Amino acid sequence: MNPSKQAHKRFRAALQRLAAIFLKEFLQLRRDRGTMAMIVFIPLMQLMLFGYAINTDPKHLPTALLVQDDGPLARSVVAALRMTDYFAIERAAKSEEDADRMIRSNEVQFIIEIPPDFERRLVHGDKPAILLVADATDPTATVGAVAGANGAMAGALERELTGPLARLAQGAAPFELRVQARYNPAAEARRNIVPGLIGTILTMTMLIYTSLSVTKEIERGTMETLLAMPVRPVEIMLGKILPYVAVGAVQMTIILLVATLFFHVPIVGSLATLIPLTLLFIVANLSVGYTFSTLASNQMQAFQLSFIYFLPSMLLSGFLFPFRGMPNWAQDLGSILPLTHYLRIVRSVMLKGSGFSDLSMDTGALALFTLAAMYVAVTRFRQTLD
Amino acid sequence: MTASTPEIVIDVEGLTKSFGTKKVVDNLSMRVERGAIYGFLGPNGSGKTTTIRMLCGLLTPDAGRGSCLGYDILTQQDEIKPRVGYMTQKFSLYGDLTIRENLEFVARIYGLDDPVGAANDALIRLGLADRADQLAAELSGGWKQRLALGACTLPDPALLLLDEPTAGVDPKARRDFWDEIQHLAAQGLTVLVSTHYMDEAERCHKIAYIAAGRLLVSGTIDEIIREAGLATYIVTGPELNELTDRLRKTPGVEMAALFGMALHVSGRDGSLLDKIALDFGEGAPQRWTKGAPMLEDVFIDLMIRAGGAPL
Repeated sequence: MNPSKQAHKRFRAALQRLAAIFLKEFLQLRRDRGTMAMIVFIPLMQLMLFGYAINTDPKHLPTALLVQDDGPLARSVVAALRMTDYFAIERAAKSEEDADRMIRSNEVQFIIEIPPDFERRLVHGDKPAILLVADATDPTATVGAVAGANGAMAGALERELTGPLARLAQGAAPFELRVQARYNPAAEARRNIVPGLIGTILTMTMLIYTSLSVTKEIERGTMETLLAMPVRPVEIMLGKILPYVAVGAVQMTIILLVATLFFHVPIVGSLATLIPLTLLFIVANLSVGYTFSTLASNQMQAFQLSFIYFLPSMLLSGFLFPFRGMPNWAQDLGSILPLTHYLRIVRSVMLKGSGFSDLSMDTGALALFTLAAMYVAVTRFRQTLD
Repeated sequence: MTASTPEIVIDVEGLTKSFGTKKVVDNLSMRVERGAIYGFLGPNGSGKTTTIRMLCGLLTPDAGRGSCLGYDILTQQDEIKPRVGYMTQKFSLYGDLTIRENLEFVARIYGLDDPVGAANDALIRLGLADRADQLAAELSGGWKQRLALGACTLPDPALLLLDEPTAGVDPKARRDFWDEIQHLAAQGLTVLVSTHYMDEAERCHKIAYIAAGRLLVSGTIDEIIREAGLATYIVTGPELNELTDRLRKTPGVEMAALFGMALHVSGRDGSLLDKIALDFGEGAPQRWTKGAPMLEDVFIDLMIRAGGAPL
């Protein structure tokens, strides 16, 4: 046989072996119905979801109004701000403290403060200032609104400044819009991103730790012995989750140290708030992972479920894109995810100094989520081999 | 725990279990007395494992009822589990834990007062002390089996369910294993053990033969042999293979099977078999001697009649 013919034969044999493996993989894949469904479902769902949800120029941001002068001129300025579409002025603050509380607890993104004597001083030509306080923990969420507000001020009083007041319409605007970018005055992205990363990293690592815990026992055959022993599903679940709370605590420490030492992100609030709430978030994610491992029938499915969960957590939680920029349905969806609540918590505590009382809603949501996930896991856990 | 064990440890009636359309266990009833070693025999796929799993609460029967250690197998699984040691067919302890860690884990799950001490005692009793810190995955088949037995006897159960515990284990380890089983039974422990080996079946106090999900016979070995009513000839000499083929086609021969150098020929009709022996033996180079049927003859006969595959 000549050498080229021999090489040809060897090549054909290699192709045949390749085809054998190819065929075997395909048969195994086809038999795994869950995976087959997810092959279609994952890209479709993610594309529809994020294509419609993401918007980097959020409008209708919740705004509180602190009016200390209720005259017609002040009202016109407020109306002009409302006209920009950026401000959903739905709250009235009673005092400065009240307004501060609202922004600290994430009820509002902006405060518009009309000072006392606004109208009188304006008429006197004193150029009074309207204060626009922006929660700048997420600079991308406020930059459009601030620009819109500045633009709207020029013509805000066009209609009112007639007759005797017409002189005020000449030259520069008769009042000033003073913007205060609170919590992140230099609009540094890392002040927003680094605390967000704490949540994202913990979501990813915690999920992976527990998402295989039940499928692993089933695939290794150890589940049979475990089920024959006098141990209850709740005990198995908690026993599998708790060690990773310790792991999560170590990761949390590392991340917080790096965030403060290398990225110089301040921790304005107290660690006594941040640590327990972070631990709660860790438990929430571990519970989700464990729930996935009871829902999946093999490790591949568990991985895919984790992935389905992880992407919306990145995109719909407010980590990469402003939460309030999303349509309502996407915000509702995002509100189910623990990361959404934890991002509010971690950013608020680190940058705004919020305490437990400011964050009770998000804390409650995390706790509720954890309990729901655990409930599903325990009821889904198959106690027999049926 | 053994003191409070009822006289009848396993008492089930009409157990039935299907997977999909296949009936794996079909109307199975059995009783096992305290302190007995009860052998469970039958070909692969006959429903032995499924029956054992129903007894320890791992599977829910589709029909039937019964009790295990006096507790209802349908509703009181939480009472049964702490009192039963179950050894799975496939090694199912943690390969990435050491022997000691596996035993301590089991001791803790069962709530023993001193898990570390109990594991230590078990290590010594099982002769595993010098391997205590070896990972279970690295053990050979025989040691794995010994560890598994140690783990399921550790919590001092009243009933042991052993599912083909000696499959793939060498003869010496098998013998040691059975010595241990008999030792445990002598102390009042009840043992239900499934096996393929006839020598093991002969070490059981009682045996049950199950094929295609149905229990065909049960009792002591003598009872089973007697009730089978088989007459048996043992044929020795040359050309046994050929003779076997011919005998299998002969009416009146229920079973013809080679055991080493000897051909066992059995039939239910004794006088007919005598005649066959005479016909085939006359002038032939083989020697026909009348013998007592062995358990294996009975089982192979049962299996052939049940239409099952060979053991």
